[in-house]
Amino acid sequence: MAQRLLACTGCHGKDGRAAPDGYYPRIAGKPAGYLFRQLRAFRDGQRRYAPMGQLLAPLDDAYLQQIASHFATLQLPYPRPPPSRADAATLARGQALAQHGDAARDIPACRACHGGALGGAGADVPGLLGLPLDYLNAQLGAWRTGARHAEAPDCMAQIAQRLQPQDVNALAHWLAAQPVPAATPAVAAAGAQADAARAPDPPGPAAPPPLRCGSMSVGAGVR
Amino acid sequence: MKAAAAVALGLLLALAAAMGWLELRGEADRGAAAAPTHDAALVARGAYLARAGNCQGCHTPRGAAPYSGGRGIPTPFGTVYSSNLTPDARTGLGGWTPADFRRALHNGRSRDGRLLVPAFPYDSYTLISAGDADALFAYLRSLPAVERANRPHALRFPYGQSWALAVWRALYFRPGRFTPDAARSAQWNRGAYLVQGLGHCSACHAPRNLLGAARDPLALGGGLMPMQNWLAPPLAGAAAPPVASLLQRGVSGDAALLGPMAEVVLHSTQHLQPADLQAMAVYLASLPPPPAPRGGDAATGPSRSGGGAPDAAQLERGEKIYAERCARCHGDDGRGRERAYVPLAGNRALLREPPANPVQVVLGGAFAASTALNPRPFGMPPFANELSDDDIAAVLSYVRTAWGNQAGAVRALDVQRWRGSVRP
Repeated sequence: MAQRLLACTGCHGKDGRAAPDGYYPRIAGKPAGYLFRQLRAFRDGQRRYAPMGQLLAPLDDAYLQQIASHFATLQLPYPRPPPSRADAATLARGQALAQHGDAARDIPACRACHGGALGGAGADVPGLLGLPLDYLNAQLGAWRTGARHAEAPDCMAQIAQRLQPQDVNALAHWLAAQPVPAATPAVAAAGAQADAARAPDPPGPAAPPPLRCGSMSVGAGVR
Repeated sequence: MKAAAAVALGLLLALAAAMGWLELRGEADRGAAAAPTHDAALVARGAYLARAGNCQGCHTPRGAAPYSGGRGIPTPFGTVYSSNLTPDARTGLGGWTPADFRRALHNGRSRDGRLLVPAFPYDSYTLISAGDADALFAYLRSLPAVERANRPHALRFPYGQSWALAVWRALYFRPGRFTPDAARSAQWNRGAYLVQGLGHCSACHAPRNLLGAARDPLALGGGLMPMQNWLAPPLAGAAAPPVASLLQRGVSGDAALLGPMAEVVLHSTQHLQPADLQAMAVYLASLPPPPAPRGGDAATGPSRSGGGAPDAAQLERGEKIYAERCARCHGDDGRGRERAYVPLAGNRALLREPPANPVQVVLGGAFAASTALNPRPFGMPPFANELSDDDIAAVLSYVRTAWGNQAGAVRALDVQRWRGSVRP
């Protein structure tokens, strides 16, 4: 399969990498359901990046599923994050939002959906660690402005719209500075068992996610 | 003076009458509205024909409800937006009769009498039989209705004006159904009917004049597709068995259909019955191959690459890039790997003039279509961010002259011109 998908790894590499026209994120080890949704959204124009749209145009859903599964099962080590250039107050603000949210503004904690260790949850929710600052900033900004969106109810868009630009900056800086725990599998095979089995997550059944999300398969998250 | 004015007026009236006749010729009485059919066999036949015509290619925007229209088609004259073909009463074909639909296909005229822009290829569809038109209509009437108002075209003056369309039609459009050639086999005639009519192959594979009309549409001599800047190769004289297989699988032992044609394979040709694909291939093989132009093996008009032999420095640079970036898959000998990486030695698409397709594939990468017979196609990575225009020109000049290949050099200017081409 890797031989068929050199068209993907040519740009995304093992860990993702920066390029003149933006950042190609890491795809290895992201959840399969999440990757499939992104591939389909690029092909069908809901997520706009012309080179991806053109490359995927002649591919059907079945192949996109297989491509997603292939990259989801890759377990490649994460590099250590570069030291953060942000000040302590910014990092503290980011950490507080990621771990506790802000109840006053109805902003749930990142970990409420993205896994206790922010390593992703189930087949549909991606991890937030191991991503570079520029990519996090760009994506959070795009969710906030609506340039990036998902199926309704679009929970991530709702949350991002409650964030201030300083929140986005703080979150991006804090997330980008966190190492990926070695014990954290980059992906859960599927569903809640794998999620619950992940060492850094709290034991027992996970608390119900705070919002309804259209981008989660039935059974993987909220009903 | 008075006599001259009278003559001028008379000429004007005669011209108007002639235009009127040209406009309305071949239009049948459209009859009264009829209830939509629920004949399942007719609907199924229509569904197949809609595949054959790849109607969704324009009428289903990416990610939207089937046939709900609104997809923007970039043309040299502005952007044309496809129309809603679902049976919605207000915004779709809900109020249409089968005769209205036939008139649109056969005469390029909408239900309200408005002239349709020829981006809707009614110069091909006029050949479709009345029975097939009715089957297509029955299929479209069976779709879920979607309320989505048609978006007006964004055409530069005067291209969308009805008088301009009338003049275009007077010059280039001849209505009339397909007439079989009694001297040819039933298979040949079936192929001709599909290629010339519903398949509207000439929309891309015939060269166009400055007003966007196909020059010699039946000859299928190939041409550079405007806006998209992919070369639609000549189809005439192509060997039949590989063509039928390519249209079904999307790849063959030594070739792959890429770019806009890969989407045609995905949505249309892979779904056609092998007998129909074979008929199309037999018909194409029977067409006289276009004469070879100067400086190229394929008849696509004179070379636009500037051609000429690459200089030694360019070749040396190209060979180095090839060894670093390409040889791992395509091989040191340029022979590739069967059904995975196409051979570059003797590759027809690589050697054609102008070299638009190799430039597009190196810039943007490409997958062949996923088809029932080739569900997991191999993909070529994009190099738009990796290689400069000079690098791409050098490596393409190298592969176009290595291993016995004999094509002209590619200039950095060509790469620059085709970067950022528009795909609908």
